[in-house]
Amino acid sequence: MGLVARHAEAAGIPTLCMTSARDITLAVNPPRSAFLDFPLGHTAGKPHEPDLQRRILVEALSSFETMTAPGSMKELPFRWSEDEEWKAKAFAEGDDRTPRHDTPQYQNEEDRRRAEQGGSPSCPVCRS
Amino acid sequence: MGPVDYIPRIRDNYARLGYKTYNWVVNADTAPWAPLRKPLSQCRLGLAASGGIYVAGQVAFHYKDDTSFREIPSDIDTKELRATHFAYDLSDARTDPNVVFPIDALRRLVREGFLGGLSSRFYTFMGGIYSSRRVSEDLAPRLTARFLEDGVDAVLLVPV
Repeated sequence: MGLVARHAEAAGIPTLCMTSARDITLAVNPPRSAFLDFPLGHTAGKPHEPDLQRRILVEALSSFETMTAPGSMKELPFRWSEDEEWKAKAFAEGDDRTPRHDTPQYQNEEDRRRAEQGGSPSCPVCRS
Repeated sequence: MGPVDYIPRIRDNYARLGYKTYNWVVNADTAPWAPLRKPLSQCRLGLAASGGIYVAGQVAFHYKDDTSFREIPSDIDTKELRATHFAYDLSDARTDPNVVFPIDALRRLVREGFLGGLSSRFYTFMGGIYSSRRVSEDLAPRLTARFLEDGVDAVLLVPV
């Protein structure tokens, strides 16, 4: 995503990258980033906690107005849990990616059926 | 405990899949910079996220270097959003897509006046594309063209 940020920014569009993978983001070096130290799959917060999701976004988006130097990263002041057991698990288990199929991977069969029937009429670029 | 290091994990995984050694992108230069031209409360914000979110009825992403993106109307009913991805545990994103695609919080921040408004369309894609060249030369320019066409004042990017 840092590559997209750099490209858009070079075209004159201010960007902010949220991230939960600090090492990756520091390496790619996007113009502005906000680091949330949560497990992968929660870059914008915890599920069903709209107030927390809102606070995270406010803290992150404020960077647009406060950051002045390219490559700045803000550490967002939120913790996933008091203990940090999820990290021990992330370190121990390593990468648990699933196989790389090259056909569409639907959340459910109903989605597959709808898409194969031509998709939602409100969607002009279902396949772009 | 410090942050989890993901680069070694991803290198190991690509090695296991039989790919050549993954060369992580390292940019040692100064990043480009475009200052925000007005306060957030007057800005129209765009959003692009790489958590594999699609709308029911759209063709889902596949898991092998998928450089396509989906356009998602920013007034979509959140219940119509779906998640598919090979690189993270989907159980939370499938019950609340806001964890990787913060659409409800963004709409709330517009109602509260913190943001001026939202682009009428947001974008999603997969990430996890092995070739950084394909991202730099294909996906990033196509997304940037959309942001320019949409006339946004700033863009929030949410990777996984």
